[in-house]
Order: sequence, then structure tokens, then C-alpha cells
Amino acid sequence: MSIEILMPALSPTMEEGTLARWLVREGDVVKAGQVIAEIETDKATMEFEAVDEGKVGRILVPEGTAGVKVNSPIAVLLDEGEDASSVAAQPSSAPPAAAQPSAAPPAVAQPAASGGEVPFPLGSKAAPAAAAAPAPASGWPHADLPEGAATKTMTVREALREAMAEEMRRDPTVFLMGEEVGEYQGAYKISQGLLDEFGPGRVIDTPITEHGFAGIAVGASWGGLRPILEFMTFNFAMQAMDHIVNSAAKTLYMSGGQMGSPIVFRGPNGAAARVAAQHSQDYAAWYAHVPGLKVCMPFSAADAKGLLKTAIRDPNPVVFLENEILYGRSFEVPADPDFTIPFGKASIWRAGTDVTLVSFGIGMTHAIAAADELAREGISAEIVNLRTLRPIDYDTVIASVMKTNRCVTVEEGFPVGAIGNHIAAVIMQRAFDHLDAPVLNCTGKDVPMPYAANLEKLALTTTAEIVSAVRQVTYR
Amino acid sequence: MARKPASAAAGTKAAALPNVSRDDLLKYYRDMLLIRRFEEKAGQLYGMGLIGGFCHLYIGQEAVVVGLEAAAEPGDKRITSYRDHGHMLACGMDPRGVMAELTGRIGGYSKGKGGSMHMFSKERHFYGGHGIVGAQVPLGAGLAFADRYLGNGRVTFTYFGDGAANQGQVYETYNMAELWDLPVVFVIENNQYAMGTSVKRSTKSVTLYGRGLAYGIPGEQVDGMDVLAVKAAGERAVAHCRAGKGPYILEVMTYRYRGHSMSDPAKYRTREEVEKMRSERDAIDHVRDLLLTGGHASEEDLKAIDREIKDIVNDAAEFARQSPEPPLEELWTDVYA
Ligand SMILES: Cc1ncc(C[n+]2csc(CCOP(=O)(O)OP(=O)(O)O)c2C)c(N)n1
Ligand SMILES: [Mg+2]
Repeated sequence: MSIEILMPALSPTMEEGTLARWLVREGDVVKAGQVIAEIETDKATMEFEAVDEGKVGRILVPEGTAGVKVNSPIAVLLDEGEDASSVAAQPSSAPPAAAQPSAAPPAVAQPAASGGEVPFPLGSKAAPAAAAAPAPASGWPHADLPEGAATKTMTVREALREAMAEEMRRDPTVFLMGEEVGEYQGAYKISQGLLDEFGPGRVIDTPITEHGFAGIAVGASWGGLRPILEFMTFNFAMQAMDHIVNSAAKTLYMSGGQMGSPIVFRGPNGAAARVAAQHSQDYAAWYAHVPGLKVCMPFSAADAKGLLKTAIRDPNPVVFLENEILYGRSFEVPADPDFTIPFGKASIWRAGTDVTLVSFGIGMTHAIAAADELAREGISAEIVNLRTLRPIDYDTVIASVMKTNRCVTVEEGFPVGAIGNHIAAVIMQRAFDHLDAPVLNCTGKDVPMPYAANLEKLALTTTAEIVSAVRQVTYR
Repeated sequence: MARKPASAAAGTKAAALPNVSRDDLLKYYRDMLLIRRFEEKAGQLYGMGLIGGFCHLYIGQEAVVVGLEAAAEPGDKRITSYRDHGHMLACGMDPRGVMAELTGRIGGYSKGKGGSMHMFSKERHFYGGHGIVGAQVPLGAGLAFADRYLGNGRVTFTYFGDGAANQGQVYETYNMAELWDLPVVFVIENNQYAMGTSVKRSTKSVTLYGRGLAYGIPGEQVDGMDVLAVKAAGERAVAHCRAGKGPYILEVMTYRYRGHSMSDPAKYRTREEVEKMRSERDAIDHVRDLLLTGGHASEEDLKAIDREIKDIVNDAAEFARQSPEPPLEELWTDVYA
């Protein structure tokens, strides 16, 4: 019986890939485990091994083909005794549609007993808001530059890399340290090429020793250097929490202003895809809690570049929270190498009149999707992209809420002690009389991240929840 | 390959079985083959999108867990990292439940909520399945602390990688384990790489087991491609623990054939290096040779085992596809006891 070889998924986020090279030809006999092809994924070029043994009957997808969908047939393997003529030229079966579980699951109400955030139940007494003007298309996202300045398209990954490279060229005391940042070119390829340019003295591979190397980096910052410390992910920075908080954040104060810690702690934060409870936590609220730290959480590539450059130049310890899912997304970035974004300055990602959505980082993707959907219903949402969580640009938030009189916050982290809780408190203190409805917080659920695909979707903030929260505060 | 252990492939053609019965040897062959075929199937299901996230295969390292399980007694405990499928199969967990956890289904050991890296079975005394490199080391010593406290004569096998061996908490644990004579076998699975970092790029220590000497813990290096050598070393370690003499370290020299996880292009080593290990040092081939050349089993006998294993693995995969996703209420359960 012949066996179809299907295009494999070779990373948690891959949907299609390029069949870069065949290492076997029709008629070759392959052993199980033999490398038969090279496939380019969204991250890397991977070797693809045969699972079964047999003779290669037909190659269905020639090498060099891009955009080959995961699970589509790429070759046919024959059993002993079969010959190629018994195999149809065209693949006999469509890729199995059933392979991917979970279509969008229905929303599930959170039981009150879980102690989580139950959306505030609102009456329908208030007057409906004025008919909404259609939301303007996403405008110039970085108010920090004059409109029309030259830009280039780049991914968040490239923006981060360029920010580090430019700052390392500019200041010889800046260096990068972390696990797999050098020879491996970065676990998520953020530091690709930096070892080649700056050498092993400035791009330094560490053993798996987060607590130790974080302490060493903080010490180095006291000794006159400016470390950029990459955590492979922020989940592993919990090993180093003591040095981030006790050593880096507090020393300037404890020394009466004599010695600060100019250091950047950066890496991916929050959920990726199906990596389960210990690899999926959003630490935004944790770090934002600590006086002495500055905290960035960029969304776009321009945010990433402009904020990282500011972070590297800042004389304080900066926690820089990136996101794996955003790494591959492209945005327009100002071409000016001197482009930076100041801390404590939010951007209005989209102007609107009926409700203010306050978000940051990956939460912005949900906020934008919700705003698109709301626009179709005639509700105009203004989106404030906070960008830095310490300091927070309260003024921009308050000004927007004074205009829209309603606010929904959006983030991925846990609901108790969330950034949105804090924003709501500040709005209550500074703009109470301007509110037409309570501020609602959309957050991740009050549970560790589950692995199962259907549960993971529910555990994260969903667009539907944001839309529903906006309907509540606008009494629709 | 760095620091090849002293006892290499030489002597594998001997007809007499060293201190092991034919049945035992057949069992080791079967158990190792189950792990390999299971992992190959898992890799295949990952490729089809049925398994997601991180998935770390154990292919190449089978002799480590199978040899050590042969030295364990019922009731002994084990704990390891995210590279845990082999440990679970070797201690008798059901391949269906393991595979269904990989696909995130209700029939999995954690009801689909843990995934590849987080599975547990109190019944089989398997305590996980841990995603944070090195974290399982003090946890394993803690299990041993409980056994010593309760005086139940049990031993805990605490597995960790060469990369994990650099975490500070390992040394805090060594100190207390020896100080309090905890019955724990620290098993360093030295597969030469921590992701893309070879051992010699992460330490100047000549051996990893030798670091225990600073805390007074005895240890040794073991050929991890030879299941009988692993078993013999495991027996020495266990005897030491059960005699109340405290912990013991085994640095088991092994090799993973696949990338670190499914998305690792593995550019840090040559294809030749991997091929050489596979063709010259493979642990399953080694036992196969012992069985065949010693006249303890025929090609037919082994083919029958191969078929039996294939059936078990196919059945597990089928179960893992058919088992439903967890009901949505499961999102909220098990957060508190
Ligand atoms: C504290 C921590 N840091 C980093 C990681 C990312 N990571 C996962 S596995 C791994 C390599 C571990 O290598 P090793 O201990 O040799 O075990 P092996 O994978 O070879 O079995 C790294 C760096 C992690 N999971 N936890
Ligand atoms: Mg290793």
C-alpha cells in the first residue's frame, strides 16, 4: 500500500512553508528517520525525516515551491514490491480537514465561585449614545513623528534587532547576554547576525542560569556597562526575579542616588501557542508594580524599535516585554535612525467617539479586532496604546475618557491586580463625573493556561468578550 | 562528541548475557522500542497539527530510563523535565493516556490541560513533567525528604539534563540532600546539548557528576547507550540510598537524535555526528545484537515484538485522535483543591 507523505508542521506557529530542497529522488529507497527534504518554516530551515520506510514513488511538490500548506501531500512512498505506475499522478486524497481540532468554541460564562472578574451587570436605563461616526482607518500610528516622514516596512523581530544593533554601534558599553543569543542566533532569532557583527565579547551566550546571570548583569551595570539581558522567555525570569526587583530596581534608592542600574531585561512575555501553564504567563502587572523599574510593552514594530532604543539609553532598569506571536508581524517604522519613543507617552492608535479601549502589547490585536467589529455595528471606538506601563500616560487615557465617557481595558494577564484594575481606579479618581458607565476590564481568565486548544482559546481575552463589554458600557 | 564514556561499543557481540536473563533482555528491548516508536508517532502527529506547542522527543535516550526502571522497586518515585514521554512509558503509564495528553484531549493523563510537558500519575509514582529547567531537582529531593520522614524505604529518581545541571538550585539541593541523607538518585541525562549549547560551551567542569563531590555526594559516569550498564549503575545508586547513606549521582552519557524540540533546526551539530551515534551506538540495536548473536531470540521473535509495539502505538494514536477535547467547564476546574 502506498503512503502519502504530507507537508509537516514544524513549529508551533507554522501554517505553510517552502519546500526548499529534496534530498531524495523518485525511485530512491528511504529508511525511517532518514532526512528526505529541507523545509523552510516561519522561523528556520528544518530537516524533514521520513517516518516510514519505502521507495519514493512520486514527488508531488517540486523543490523551491513556496506556500505549501501544512498537511497537503508532497510525495508518495511505495511499499515493497509496488512500483510507481500504481500511483496516480495526482494525490488521491485531500488533506485531512479533521486534523485541526476546535473551531471557535462558544463562550463560556465564568462561575462566580471562581473568584474571577465577573463583568459588571449593567441596566439599560441610560440614553443610547449618539449614532457613531465610522471609525477612521488606522492613522499614523506614531504621533511622535511628523506625518509623512519616511518609513520602511519591518517585522517586530527586525525592529528589535535593528534597535539593538544601532545602540551597540553607538555605545561600546552596550552588550547582549542570554541563553542562545549568539551561536544559535537567538531562540526566536531576535539576535540573528549580532554575534557576527559584534563578536563574542559583546554577544554572550550563557549557561541556563537565570538567577546567576541576571545578578552578574546587574553587577556589570554598576561597573559602568549597559547590559541588555535576554530572557529566552519571561517565564524563566521568575528564576531571576530577586535580582530584577531587589538588586536592579531598589539600589538607586538604597544608595541615596549614588548608583543606578542601567540595564534592559527583555524577551518574549505572555502566551505563545499551546505551550501550556508554565510557558504562557503575562507578567505586565507584576513588573508594573515595582517602583524603580520602568516597564515597556510594545505592540507595533515602531513601538518596539523606538522604545527599545529609549530603554537602552535610559539610566534605570527597564523591563521590556515582547510577544512571540507579534515577532513576525510587519508594520511601518520610521526610517530615521534617531527615531525613539519617550517613556510615559501613549499613542492614539485609532480615534473614536463612543468608547475608549485602553490596551498594550498583544492585547492591542484584540482591541483592534473588536473595534473593527464595533465599527460595523456603528460604534466608534478610540484605541489608546499605552506602550509603557511604568510610567503610564494617564493624561492621554483621561483625555480620551472625558471625550467618550466610557472605557474598556484589554489585556492578556490574570484579572486580579491587572493593569486594567489600576487604570479603572485612576479614571474613577480623575474623571468620575465624566463616566457614563463603569470601566470594564477584559483580561485573561483566572486560571493557569490550559494546553488543550479549545480551552486555551477560552482562557485568553477574546474579541467577542471585548465587543460584549463595549455593548454593556454603551447600553446597546 | 564530548567525553565519550569509557565503556564503548566493544564487546557487544558476546554471546553470554552479563547478569541478566533472556526475559529481562527481551523486556528492555520491548520497552525501548515502545518509546522509540511512540516518539516517532508523536513526531508524525505533530507534523499533522494534532499535537501543538513544544514537544521534546526522547529518541536516542531510551536506554537511560529503561535501565534505571530495571533498578527500581515498586513504590519508588520518579520526576523529570519536559522531555518526559519516555519516563512515563518506562514506568508503566498507559500509552493511550500519554498520547491523548499530547493531543490535548480529555483521555489524557491531565485531561488535556497539561500537554507534552506536564503529565503526572500518582498511581505510577510519576511526579511530572516540569517545564522550568532545573526546577524538578529540589522537587525530587523533596519527594525523597517525605520518604525519609515517613521511613518507607522508597527512593526517588530525579532526572535532569546537562543544561539543567548549571542551575543554582541544583547545588542548593545537593547540599541539603547530603546534609539530610535524602534517598534520591540524581540522574543527569547528559545528551551533550542543552538546546544549541554543547556541554563544553556551558562549563569547564570536566565531569558533571564530579560536582557532587564538593558536597560529599558519590557518583559516577555511565554509558547511557548500554542499557545493562545503566541498570548496573542504577542498582549501585539505589543500594546506596536504601542503605540510608544519602543521595547518589549518575551522569548518564547519552544522545538525542532529534532536535531539541520539534522546531529546532539543529544547526549546532553535523548530520554526520548524529548519523555516527545512530549507526554505531544505538541502544536498541545494541540489545538486538545481544539477543541475536547470543542466540537468545530469532529475527522472527523480534519481528513479532515489532508488530506488537506497532499495534500498541497505533492504538494509542487512534485513541488520542478519537478522544474528545475537554469539556469547556474544565477551564475552571482543578485550580483549587
Ligand atoms: C529556567 C528555564 N530557562 C530556560 C528554559 C528554556 N529551555 C528549555 S529546555 C532548555 C535546554 C535544556 O537542556 P538540558 O537540561 O540539557 O535538557 P535536554 O533538553 O537536553 O533534555 C532550555 C534552555 C526553560 N524551560 N527554563
Ligand atoms: Mg541536554
